[in-house]
Amino acid sequence: MSRIANAFQDKKAFIGFLTAGDPSMEKTEEFILEMEKAGADLIEIGIPFSDPIAEGVVIQEANIRALSAGATTDKVFAMVERVREKTQIPLVFLTYLNPVFHYGYEKFFSRCEEAGIDGIIIPDMPYEEKGELEPTARAHGVDVISLIAPTSEQRIGEIASQGSGFLYIVSSMGVTGMRSKITTDLDAILAAVKKASDVPAAVGFGINTPEQAAKIGQIADGVIVGSAIVKIIEKYGAEAGPHLYEYVHAMKGALKS
Amino acid sequence: MAKGRFGIYGGQYIPETLMNEIIHLEECYEFYKNDPEFNAELDKLLKEYAGRPSLLYYAEKMTKDLGGAKVYLKREDLNHTGSHKINNVLGQVLMAKKMGKTRVIAETGAGQHGVATATAAALLDMECEIFMGKEDTDRQALNVYRMELLGAKVHPVTSGTQTLKDAVNETMREWVNRVSDTHYVLGSVMGPHPFPTIVRDFQSVISKEAKEQILEYEGKLPAAVFACVGGGSNAMGMFYNFIEDKDVRLIGCEAAGHGIDTDKHAATIAKGEHGIFHGMKSYFCQDEYGQIAPVYSISAGLDYPGIGPEHAWLHDTGRAEYYPVTDKEAVDAFEYLARTEGIICAIESAHAVAYARKVVPTLSKEDNVIICLSGRGDKDVAAIARYRGREIHE
Repeated sequence: MSRIANAFQDKKAFIGFLTAGDPSMEKTEEFILEMEKAGADLIEIGIPFSDPIAEGVVIQEANIRALSAGATTDKVFAMVERVREKTQIPLVFLTYLNPVFHYGYEKFFSRCEEAGIDGIIIPDMPYEEKGELEPTARAHGVDVISLIAPTSEQRIGEIASQGSGFLYIVSSMGVTGMRSKITTDLDAILAAVKKASDVPAAVGFGINTPEQAAKIGQIADGVIVGSAIVKIIEKYGAEAGPHLYEYVHAMKGALKS
Repeated sequence: MAKGRFGIYGGQYIPETLMNEIIHLEECYEFYKNDPEFNAELDKLLKEYAGRPSLLYYAEKMTKDLGGAKVYLKREDLNHTGSHKINNVLGQVLMAKKMGKTRVIAETGAGQHGVATATAAALLDMECEIFMGKEDTDRQALNVYRMELLGAKVHPVTSGTQTLKDAVNETMREWVNRVSDTHYVLGSVMGPHPFPTIVRDFQSVISKEAKEQILEYEGKLPAAVFACVGGGSNAMGMFYNFIEDKDVRLIGCEAAGHGIDTDKHAATIAKGEHGIFHGMKSYFCQDEYGQIAPVYSISAGLDYPGIGPEHAWLHDTGRAEYYPVTDKEAVDAFEYLARTEGIICAIESAHAVAYARKVVPTLSKEDNVIICLSGRGDKDVAAIARYRGREIHE
């Protein structure tokens, strides 16, 4: 069983996101291990990009902090290698297409394989365009994780049936960021997803409270939390470790109940 | 070529949330572009509201001064709202209205596209919001107020470099947020398919008219046509109907800012590399890790790190040529045209004038060339004065 599949085995997965290099690669390494200790089942690592068009302000600023602190794709790979020596938690990249394309698909995914990356999420690469990199990713054992949006409608069946790793269900219209309320009819979307695919489906965008996590955990295979975690890192910087532990522990607890 | 591709360029690299909307837009465009009723309405607007056809003006003094080919100016600066942007905007906003949209959003650099969009929205009763880099709202304050007069809400964008690229980012974010009642009036031949095609088609009226006009005046095709290139909409409009005429050189003029050997330029073809950004595969100014580079030009309208995918393809196939023009050359040409022909053109268009000044003297007097004057220069006067060391308080 793949590391990603294992994250969803007999449990609701808690997926935490952070931006690599915010505030430093050493701290990102520490925060990943801290989140694992607190119960996270899978970690999404953002490779910072200058123009993250799918992100709200919180993650946009994390990208700027990381790039200003000198983060590069090569440094992210080196950090992942260090993390992989210490843990078998599934690690998935989230980044935009240009850093991957410019690095070179073959070189990028072969580095992913060496470093122990399990999957990749690319918000500006829809289903129709994934053909140019998916065979390369697959050859290096990296799952290309597709996104399904509230507007996907008749596209859900096709996207879900071709899914690999897990499916990222976008909870709301708009960019990433904390929302007090999620109004999308997630039941209907998840029903359509489940009809088409056995690939686990995790919901992200806007989730930040244990109550939301518990509620979405009832219908989805996992929840993805990004902005709330990045906000903690923004607030506490290098000292964020214990605060991340506490937050992730509470969120994971809500998914168990 | 694959759908929505120009060679390897183009494509639809956008968030899943927008995919159904983009597919719907393509279907609507395929319908309306062949719909006689839509075309009749658009033609009426272009003729009676925008003032088309625009003049093809023989610049006799410039011709004499340069001593080469006869110089014609395609006067897009005389259109309503003062630039070629109105051609595309009337088409897109009219189509959006027919699609049942009630709100339009747009990015703008110099403000020309924002003003044009706000104008069309006022005329066609659409709600309108414009996203403009904070730095551009400062250097083009007059256009901000113009848009507000027209009833649009202007959002200064404070992320990134606070210029056109960031305005596009923010408009895309807003579109993802509210797509059901909103059409994104993209202002250039860029972004995901079908935008590069839609904008090119609406702008191709420039070369359609110019070709008829030059054949009428000169009885022969031009040796070359010149246009400035940021995203590349007036250039695509100026080139399009001449692509089939292999003897007509198609010359695009990029913003070289302080020079292409400095880090202060926006010369995408000269210095950019292949990339995928803002929905398209094309050339982009970027660093070794694919981070989009902060670009610079005195011209807010050319201050963009990418170029439309059809231009990338025209470049690769050798059908069109692209040359960098510095701030200094553009400002000189801006002043030259004002003194020689009594025409104050946009600083964007002055890039095309500047390069034409180099080429025209090398051509035969039997030949003619056309320079696309994409916009008028009122908006730039204060900035040019500042460049020359004089503060003007508007």
